[in-house]
Amino acid sequence: MSREAILAAIRRGLRRGPLPPDQRAMIEGRLAAHPRHLIPARSRLPRAEQVMLFIRNVEKEFGSVARVADAQEVPAAVADYLAQQNLAPRFVLAPHPDLMALPWAAKPMLQFEARRAEAGDAVAVQHGYAGIAETGTLMLPSGPERPTTLNILAETEIVVLRASAILGAYEEAWDRLRAERGVGAMPRNVMLVTGPSRSADIEQTLELGAHGPRRLHIVLIDDDPAALPAG
Amino acid sequence: MGMWVVQPFRVVIRRDEGRGWQADHGADGLGVRGGDAPGRGGATPRPCARARFALEWRPPTPSFEERPLVQITSPAFRRNAARALADAGLQKALGKAKGAFLARRAEAVARLPEFEALRDIGRDIKNHTLAHLDVYLEHYAAQVERAGGTVHWCATAAEARAAVLEICRRAGAKTVTKGKSMISEEIALNDHLERHGITPVETDLGEYIIQLRKEHPSHIIAPAFHLNREDWEADFRRAHTDLPAERVFHERRDILAEARTKLRERFLAADVGITGANFLIAETGSSVIVTNEGNGDLTQTLPRVHIALASIEKVVPTLEDACALLRLLARSATGQDFSVYTTFSTGARRPGDLDGPEEYHVVLIDNGRSNMIGTEFQDMLRCIRCAACMNHCPVYGVTGGHAYGWVYPGPMGAVLTPALIGLDKAAHLPNASTFCGKCESVCPVKIPLPKMMRHWREREFERHLTPAAARTNLALWAWFARRPGMYRWAARAAVAALRLAGRGRGALRSAPFAGGWTAGRDLPLPEGGTFMDRYRREQRGR
Repeated sequence: MSREAILAAIRRGLRRGPLPPDQRAMIEGRLAAHPRHLIPARSRLPRAEQVMLFIRNVEKEFGSVARVADAQEVPAAVADYLAQQNLAPRFVLAPHPDLMALPWAAKPMLQFEARRAEAGDAVAVQHGYAGIAETGTLMLPSGPERPTTLNILAETEIVVLRASAILGAYEEAWDRLRAERGVGAMPRNVMLVTGPSRSADIEQTLELGAHGPRRLHIVLIDDDPAALPAG
Repeated sequence: MGMWVVQPFRVVIRRDEGRGWQADHGADGLGVRGGDAPGRGGATPRPCARARFALEWRPPTPSFEERPLVQITSPAFRRNAARALADAGLQKALGKAKGAFLARRAEAVARLPEFEALRDIGRDIKNHTLAHLDVYLEHYAAQVERAGGTVHWCATAAEARAAVLEICRRAGAKTVTKGKSMISEEIALNDHLERHGITPVETDLGEYIIQLRKEHPSHIIAPAFHLNREDWEADFRRAHTDLPAERVFHERRDILAEARTKLRERFLAADVGITGANFLIAETGSSVIVTNEGNGDLTQTLPRVHIALASIEKVVPTLEDACALLRLLARSATGQDFSVYTTFSTGARRPGDLDGPEEYHVVLIDNGRSNMIGTEFQDMLRCIRCAACMNHCPVYGVTGGHAYGWVYPGPMGAVLTPALIGLDKAAHLPNASTFCGKCESVCPVKIPLPKMMRHWREREFERHLTPAAARTNLALWAWFARRPGMYRWAARAAVAALRLAGRGRGALRSAPFAGGWTAGRDLPLPEGGTFMDRYRREQRGR
């Protein structure tokens, strides 16, 4: 079988047989401990500045951010954004309990269905699991409450994110996921999203909206007193 | 129907450490599969017997099924390069594209003070993984299976093609969408699927136009590096005949919008989605893809079956290791701080999930890589396919990627191609370098590319693949170099002859046997005596 042939060829190259148990235990130990490497200093900031760095990086990558003081204001922020962009007030919503609990009825002109996204959906409202300040990146793990299709099918993606979920580096987000789900229990799909879709394949010149969303808008709920902007 | 022919043929008998005498038929760059790669473990092959002719069975002309899938034009590198230099459209495209890459990478690197330190870390992670590759691959495969996926171990390109076809057939697939994958090019997957009635649709924008043009990518991250906007417009008009012929493309954006619409139909209709993998993660059993367009995510999310193609050296131990390498990848490749979509896929759709594939397969491909382990080419397996080496290469910058004649162009291709398709076919590539060292200096995992090209040149010479004229000249030089008295005499004679030829001028417009060199510049003539004469004079003066 090719599996054995490939492993044997690798071991022949390394001029050894199967790894002895003590060295194998060392490798298993490294996998279990998953040590961090150098993490760039840029994201190690006081909370308020870390959130500002996140916002700056999202905007640098052609995304946009609207801050709201309270979760109750999210429906109005969504309605405002759609009106600004001249988009119909219709969207598909991630069936996440936090999003389902929002007071959508306060904005009765907003029509939505909580489900996965389909080809005809123009706008998707997704739940943000974490924000990574280092590069303005969103972490979106899949699950029944956060379908993957909401990240890629619609032309406009709106992500609702709590400021308390903004972390410094990618490694912090992985640790949060590991702590919640237990070691080794990866979601089927974890997307790290940095700005809207783009391509530079035509003459190496950047154009937005290649296959995924043309617009990426983040509604940021200021639920972290330490992260509020000064003044 | 076959026939017997007399072939000039060389069998080199050599002794391998602990293995006795071995015959190397000189077919593959690294010798016959089974671990007798010359040079492994520092053992130098010692040629000691040579037969001039051999009776060889020439197989019948291959049938349609057996015809080789990949056209390799690497042996014609010189002709390819000459053509590329004379191609005005290509030169225009190369000129435009190259500058953009260099400036963006330089800016991204300047924004991250830790970049240099991360290069060392990236190198060390890859070295550690390669030193324990068997263990990490086993752990990775076990984790994939734990998450409900299937790993198909494939030693060769043929096995990998068969594995993909089998999965597609079982899924009853008519069309498959594809994310960008260089290993798919390497195993010539598209031709294979087409021959068996399955339509592959490339969805990366650059790959899409390459497929429309029936070409191959000319760059590993920007497949359409060699094309201009006019080419895009002409090809779209030719291919999308259902759209009004008189439509106008005002901006690049209009070209993009048309591709988006056309490909959206394909994404929704596909039965199987095939992607590559930038990394495999042993800890979690995940495959990672990195894209800017989102085409890879549509490819792997919408169809019922997802197949990830990956070569064995893509595995890294943990998510933390992947993060360290991801910090290097986008900056080195496109000069972004991070690519738009970095996606980790682990197994198939879970209970309660509303989307995602029902089947998840990984086709894990060796195709010659395990033979590189333990040789002086092992470091090449650190490569994370960022393309910084070719973006910075003065040779790639004027020839473009197609001249290299196979899947991988530029400096990384000059090292990898001989190992994968054989030095006999690819010997020109490691010679197509000025050894300026720029590739090594920008490589995110510090692969000593020039050193390895030099190793290939040594092997080329050892195996008598070097052209006769070059061998004769080298032999002539070596004869003099081993006789210092003669060497000095010859050097003095050459200086005198050149000065005579110059008739008092400082340079020659043209010189016999050096027409290629003097075509674009003058040959400067020696000003004084030889180096040795001057050295002696100055030693005496002390």
